[in-house]
Amino acid sequence: MSNSWFNKLLPSRIKTEGTSNKRNVPEGLWTKCSACTAVLYRADLVRNLDVCPKCSHHIRIGARRRLDIFLDPEIREEIGAELEPIDSLKFKDSKRYRDRLNQAQKNTSEKDALVVIRGRLNNLPVVAAAFEFAFMGGSMGSVVGEKFFRAVNICMENNIPLVCFSASGGARMQEALLSLMQMSKTSAALAKLSQQGLPYISILTDPTMGGVSASLAMLGDINIAEPKALIGFAGPRVIEQTVRETLPEGFQRSEFLLEHGAIDMIVDRREIRDKVTKIISMLTNRSIPEPVKTEEVNTTPPIVESGDSSDHNTFKN
Amino acid sequence: MNLNFLDFEQPIAELQAKIEELRLVGSDNEINISEEIEKLEVKSKALTASIFSSLTPWQISQLARHPQRPYTLDYIQNIFTDFEELHGDRTYGDDKAIVGGIAKLDNTPVMIIGHQKGRDTNEKVRRNFGMSRPEGYRKALRLMKMAERFRMPVLTFIDTPGAYPGVGAEERGQSEAIARNLFELSYLRSPIICLVIGEGGSGGALAIGVGDRVLMLEYSTYSVISPEGCASILWKSPDKASDAAEAMGITSSRLIELELIDQVIKEPLGGAHRDISFTSSEIKNALIENLDTLKYIEIDNLLKLRYERLTQYGVFKA
Repeated sequence: MSNSWFNKLLPSRIKTEGTSNKRNVPEGLWTKCSACTAVLYRADLVRNLDVCPKCSHHIRIGARRRLDIFLDPEIREEIGAELEPIDSLKFKDSKRYRDRLNQAQKNTSEKDALVVIRGRLNNLPVVAAAFEFAFMGGSMGSVVGEKFFRAVNICMENNIPLVCFSASGGARMQEALLSLMQMSKTSAALAKLSQQGLPYISILTDPTMGGVSASLAMLGDINIAEPKALIGFAGPRVIEQTVRETLPEGFQRSEFLLEHGAIDMIVDRREIRDKVTKIISMLTNRSIPEPVKTEEVNTTPPIVESGDSSDHNTFKN
Repeated sequence: MNLNFLDFEQPIAELQAKIEELRLVGSDNEINISEEIEKLEVKSKALTASIFSSLTPWQISQLARHPQRPYTLDYIQNIFTDFEELHGDRTYGDDKAIVGGIAKLDNTPVMIIGHQKGRDTNEKVRRNFGMSRPEGYRKALRLMKMAERFRMPVLTFIDTPGAYPGVGAEERGQSEAIARNLFELSYLRSPIICLVIGEGGSGGALAIGVGDRVLMLEYSTYSVISPEGCASILWKSPDKASDAAEAMGITSSRLIELELIDQVIKEPLGGAHRDISFTSSEIKNALIENLDTLKYIEIDNLLKLRYERLTQYGVFKA
């Protein structure tokens, strides 16, 4: 950034760096941490990647922001952005599925609950996917399954690793059995990826439940969770109703899963980028490329939609 | 009310009761009332046919859970010979909600795996109502890998309300156990035929439901969540289960229309439990027919076809 010397002079609260991070910040200067109720200055919180500076509570963040803070800012290409859900069953409960979709699309500006971007992580080529929990609870239907499948295919065609951030209530009921089939679809794709010797890093964030947990989220070569994320197959309420007892404190949280051997590690959001870089570089036996000098970096990269493949060669290993 | 009949079958139950009564009278007296009984039986059959010609999805899901519906072990006994049950996941325990073992189908050795429900209260509890814990899915996977090693086809019988939602199940990795099966079955080097015989409940069903052919008995169901579960989440009222059953399209006739399954096996009039030997022979024929097709497909080609099949599921606008 050419005016970076100028930024350094400014007091922290007027700094304008990381403008791309502002996208998902709602109105209002102040906000309250949902865990410790500390009143926080929103700009500080954003700079801290939405981790409460007081209690380290990891506040839920959307898919775009997730990928934005994970990937290098330059050279990004979105995969499967054109895919849109269809209400093939004409499903209607208290509301029509079509209306729910329209509402979710309006609220999130996403077409469905998964965003996939091919880009770089500390200069290592990767494909990264992230669930948008605000889109119908991050539920997995046909579009989510197909995008994930395409993400795996891009990885296999170009010999690059896959990273997925999950945040989902499970399969999307409005697509009925078709959504159940997305579990076997994504798992079959991951088996292919694995046979090709490419790493898959699964990062489980709050919450990852049901059909997503019981397919792509638990199948990482390395399973990583953010602190205190709710992760499990059956929801705690369903379990409570079944076993008729109150569940112990911390049940189905990341720490519980680590203790029971379901995940490899718990990583703070602020360290995920470097941790995953290190793991991928070791699993693929590649040294981490020299960081690109900040002067050369365009800090507000456009997210290029797939179809525009002018940058393809830069991704090849 | 006759408990062997579902509520929508009560008119049939009443007619049957009348027939039984007449039979008793007939054996007491010397009067020949066989003609009358015959008439009533024809009527009963016609009534059954008429009721069963227009079942709602909710009625079908009650039939799929009928207390007298044949379970996996019933079919094993009726269809196969030389069954040897194999136990345990070699890690934690033996989940009795899933049974498995080797047997012969018309002299061909096969690996059978299926959910198992219990008939009486004790058995129901022992089988955990057909709801498996991780060790059940891991036992299934162990047996399927064994089938791969010995070049045996795998046949699965699906009949579960879903994977068990319990504390221990979560502790031992319910999600991972299901996910691992989906992953491994996608390239298991043996032909796999899956048959839904009762309830195909969600991930718990799919964990032994990934294969080269998916068949359903006429009055079985297959869905992402139970109608009650769906109703209580989306309608906020479990009473709306019949609406949910309708909306989700969980019946064999709907699912074959949607091309999500390959074949529907006819059941006798009134459902599988009315004539187990007929149902068994229909199943046996279907299994043999499908295996005959699959066994001539070279294994690498079969895996390619399976992968294409698994990854083409989905309806979306591109």
